[in-house]
Amino acid sequence: MNLELYRSLFRIRRFEETVLENFPKGVFFGTTHTYLGQEANAVGVIGQAADEDIVFSNHRCHGHFLAYGGSPAALFAELMGKSSGVCGGRGGSQHLQWRNFYSNGVQGGIVPVATGMALAEKQKKSGVVTTVFLGDGTLGEGAIYEALNMAALWQLPILYVLENNGIAQTTPAELAVAGSMAARFTAFGIPTLEIDTSDVLEIRSAAGSLLAEVRSQTAPRALIIHTARFGPHSKGDDTRDPEVVARLRRDRDPVQIQAARLTLQEKSLIEAQVNAEIREAFEQALSAPYPEFEPGAASTGELTLRYANRPQLS
Amino acid sequence: MQTVLNSLNQGLHAAFATDERVILLGEDVLDPYGGAFKVTSGLSSAYPGRVFTTPISEAGIVGAAAGMAMRGLRPVVEIMFGDFITLAADALVNHAAKFRWMYNDQVRVPLVLRTPMGGRRGYGPTHSQTLEKMFLGVPGLNVIAPTTLGNPGDLLRQTILQAEDPTLFIENKLQYLLPLQDSALLAEFECREIQQGPDAPAYTLTVRGAPPPVLTIAAYGYMAELARQALLELAYEHEVFAELVVLTRLTPFGLDPVFASARRTGALMTVEEGTLSLGWGAEVLAQTAEALGNHLLRARRLAALDTPVPASGPLENQVLPGVNEIMTTALELIKTHV
Repeated sequence: MNLELYRSLFRIRRFEETVLENFPKGVFFGTTHTYLGQEANAVGVIGQAADEDIVFSNHRCHGHFLAYGGSPAALFAELMGKSSGVCGGRGGSQHLQWRNFYSNGVQGGIVPVATGMALAEKQKKSGVVTTVFLGDGTLGEGAIYEALNMAALWQLPILYVLENNGIAQTTPAELAVAGSMAARFTAFGIPTLEIDTSDVLEIRSAAGSLLAEVRSQTAPRALIIHTARFGPHSKGDDTRDPEVVARLRRDRDPVQIQAARLTLQEKSLIEAQVNAEIREAFEQALSAPYPEFEPGAASTGELTLRYANRPQLS
Repeated sequence: MQTVLNSLNQGLHAAFATDERVILLGEDVLDPYGGAFKVTSGLSSAYPGRVFTTPISEAGIVGAAAGMAMRGLRPVVEIMFGDFITLAADALVNHAAKFRWMYNDQVRVPLVLRTPMGGRRGYGPTHSQTLEKMFLGVPGLNVIAPTTLGNPGDLLRQTILQAEDPTLFIENKLQYLLPLQDSALLAEFECREIQQGPDAPAYTLTVRGAPPPVLTIAAYGYMAELARQALLELAYEHEVFAELVVLTRLTPFGLDPVFASARRTGALMTVEEGTLSLGWGAEVLAQTAEALGNHLLRARRLAALDTPVPASGPLENQVLPGVNEIMTTALELIKTHV
């Protein structure tokens, strides 16, 4: 278990570092929001979800997608706008969908959508639990409170995971979030657990007990993880004092924390394997073709995409 | 007499009876109240557990419905007044309308949002608007408006059961109490149904026995009902013969019936209850001009004035186009030298 957790953490770390290293080369479109420093949240929480459970993520979704089991090659390809991307290059970095994983780049509105999914699964009596990730910045969006209210009124099987990295783009939480974060959930009668850690085992344990409650009681729960963002919001837009970031990297690194549980040999082997995996995934995505538009016959103005040698994603 | 309201209510009941994946969310929709305009009457009694009365949370319920639709249900959302649809704009534009396309056709979002638009009841600036034009240019979002020429309830049932994409179903407060047109009511007209697309009919109307029309009037929803009255008055009082094209699917645009009629008449007038600028008519005229080139000799839009809708009756009548404005504008248009 410790080895596989380390592999998952290190895979996200290396994926995100590769993205930032290669962005200046112009291989990716748009922008990116890396998950550096927060890896343990995704690995700890999603690792406790059942196979058919739903995960809804946000703009900072690469870590969630990889922890869910998504393919690094398909994710690189999506960032590169390639036909072999998770969504064929249509969505890019923030808009992913694969199996029961979804993400969207507009904050706030995601939370009602995920809450509706939980309502649908309750209605279908499927036993499927929904987990939705939001950040401290999203607490400014009113739509989430509409969703929390409905989730509590209708007792929906959903876990709200608030990753508080203390900074929304460049705005520190103390300039944007008044009052208590936990009280935002408990005010609606949603039991909330608050942890301040970057240790994947602690997160895993907290998420495990909350998901079990959501599943057995068909009721909402919230998990607040106080965490640390090592990288910029996207690229080159980190306005924090470099010393502050250096201190976070020294004290709060989930990869280092988990590495301490491995022997040097175990660690080296996993790192070599993951480095090779990420390198190959990057090369594979780089050599994939771009999709092309062609006019569709279906209706006025509709366009369909043509794929050259589109591989199976699953 | 079958009214639009009965028909829509029956359409909802039929959709619920046919497919248990159909769910309804809305404010004050439970019996005995049955919705502010009674469209959902009886539904919560017949299908308890499938009708959710919601908090006053338009953004939340439309977002939730998008999530439900993506997970295999067929949710119907009632927004009490069309004006409130702006509260759900993000859920519609950045979520519901985007998912299928940006997720590379890997998901479907069969969500139907029903809402009544329209004024003439003195409700004032925030409860009388016709706002669907704000959503006509959103790729991935379909917009439908029923007409008494067809069967609104059937159109609604079919949309709920068959739509694969999010659809705004635009009702109108004054249309609710109108009777469905049957052959007796339509005795003075020649009415032809044409398929505008695979899923929504369009209709052309001319006064029975009239000479060939010299003007095409395009309209939908309640304005099409007023335009039908204007058609008779133009014919009987002014001997001006027009052909009315009534569309039920607003987007994706499928304007072939308008092009065909305007090609015959050379003159096109659009009539809508929304405000004039950047409206439905502007797009219809632009597309017709592009399609017809110099076969389109005359063109005119008639719409609400570019102001909010006043509460005071006499003022409201000046702001919203009525039968008289349709006639006056039509007469001006055909007198225009070309």
